[in-house]
Amino acid sequence: MTRRVCVIGVGLTKFGEHWGKGFRELAIEAGIKAIEDAGISGKDIDAMYIGNMSGGRFIGQEHIASLIAGELGLNIPATRVEAACASGGLAVRQAYLAVLSGKHDVVLVGGVEKMTDVKTSEAALTLVGAADQEWEGYHGVTFPGLYALMARRHMYEYGTTREQLAMVAVKNHENATKNPIAQYPYPITIESVINSPPIAEPLNLLDCSPITDGAAAIVVCAEDVAKKFTDKLVHIAGSGHATDTLALHDRESLTEIKATKLAAKMAYEEAGIKPAEVDVAEVHDCFTIAEILAIEDLGFVEKGKGGEFVEDGETRLDGSIPINTSGGLKACGHPVGATGVKQIAEIVLQLRGEAGERQVKDARIGLTHNVGGSGATAVVHILERDW
Amino acid sequence: MSHRSSVPLAWRRFEARYRLVGNRCLTCGTIYFPPNAICPKCRRKGKLEKYQLKGEGKIHTYTIIHAAPSGFEKRVPYCIAIIELDEGPKVLGEVVGDLTLLDIGARVRAVFRKIYEDGEDGIIHYGLKWELV
Repeated sequence: MTRRVCVIGVGLTKFGEHWGKGFRELAIEAGIKAIEDAGISGKDIDAMYIGNMSGGRFIGQEHIASLIAGELGLNIPATRVEAACASGGLAVRQAYLAVLSGKHDVVLVGGVEKMTDVKTSEAALTLVGAADQEWEGYHGVTFPGLYALMARRHMYEYGTTREQLAMVAVKNHENATKNPIAQYPYPITIESVINSPPIAEPLNLLDCSPITDGAAAIVVCAEDVAKKFTDKLVHIAGSGHATDTLALHDRESLTEIKATKLAAKMAYEEAGIKPAEVDVAEVHDCFTIAEILAIEDLGFVEKGKGGEFVEDGETRLDGSIPINTSGGLKACGHPVGATGVKQIAEIVLQLRGEAGERQVKDARIGLTHNVGGSGATAVVHILERDW
Repeated sequence: MSHRSSVPLAWRRFEARYRLVGNRCLTCGTIYFPPNAICPKCRRKGKLEKYQLKGEGKIHTYTIIHAAPSGFEKRVPYCIAIIELDEGPKVLGEVVGDLTLLDIGARVRAVFRKIYEDGEDGIIHYGLKWELV
């Protein structure tokens, strides 16, 4: 029988503009919180994976994994994982595979990004590195631009409306008001989204996730070992990862993220569940259209009906499948390398019943969905509690 | 930025960027633009040769960029689209000309233009844009 893998501890920093804290302080803060939450000590940790998109361009620092291990005084194997905005989710998957293989028992996963030490235009240029530089970046497209291209086509093919896109942002901001770590815990309205400055039509400023500093960490552990530390085991029941062409124009369809569909299929099959069984999900809403694509591609709603599903309130906290209870990338913030790890932390809090005002009642199965670039990487995890 | 000011990096893409030369797999007949290093359908059984595209197609989807990355700030607002070429491949580029004609399905043709300048002393990058017809 294969080994079962659990998450036994989570730690998060506040998401936002941390002028007073640097990269290493953020990483260490999240790591220590996760270690304390798990009830382990540093000497219990066998290995570490760190999700980070671009320390090199945001703070001029490479060699991230050893930097953090060194700060923690650990000489353990430490590996940086990079897949643009999916770096965090992919780091979680590497830890999962390492424990599943039997090589390691206790693995610390961190995700960290320090984005506000450069100008916004410089940050935008760094983020375009997740797209195809030679054939997309060359022509002056931005990330909001790439998702705007998908949004326009989705509106054309399925009649998705400008208001439905706005409703995603409104809902995520509403959830963020209940999350103490959120960058923007403020309510907004459909009108304020529609009247916010255009960034890449049809997407406006309030359709876009922000630039954020922040870190997240979790402790991944083999079930047999985990029982020494805690009774509240949250299992990683399924893990999926798929890739696609870096350039958006090379894909057959612009109204789906094929990598999401493939990664989801892998994770659902491994967990032995269907989309309808998921109680709560954190999906990759880097832009409002991205959440609509995600809920369709993850199988929560039929392709093309995502906009209506949002409009009907199905994805709200009190809906049939609450999406992005943390506030999502949109309102909780999007420190790119940390996001995928934060998503796992949020679902673990939900399954343990520790999500405070934003708690989804009796949540037992949760899903995370982390995307890199315009969909060239997708990582899906399914978490489940037994009790 | 360092990668932008590399002369060989720009030079090795001239044929595709200036003249719309893609490639075609002799085994399965698929046409690629931008040119692919391997035919993903046939992989090692594929045999790629250069293929000259005509430079005509229609708009598959488009956006107007208002917040530009470094080097493009002075150009806002500008239109970026994914063009479906008549030969099949899709390609991303800027749309120019009479933007009142802009729509999904609108016809465009390739025109040679300056893309951006890498600062005062850097490379002036040229390439193809797509003019509404």
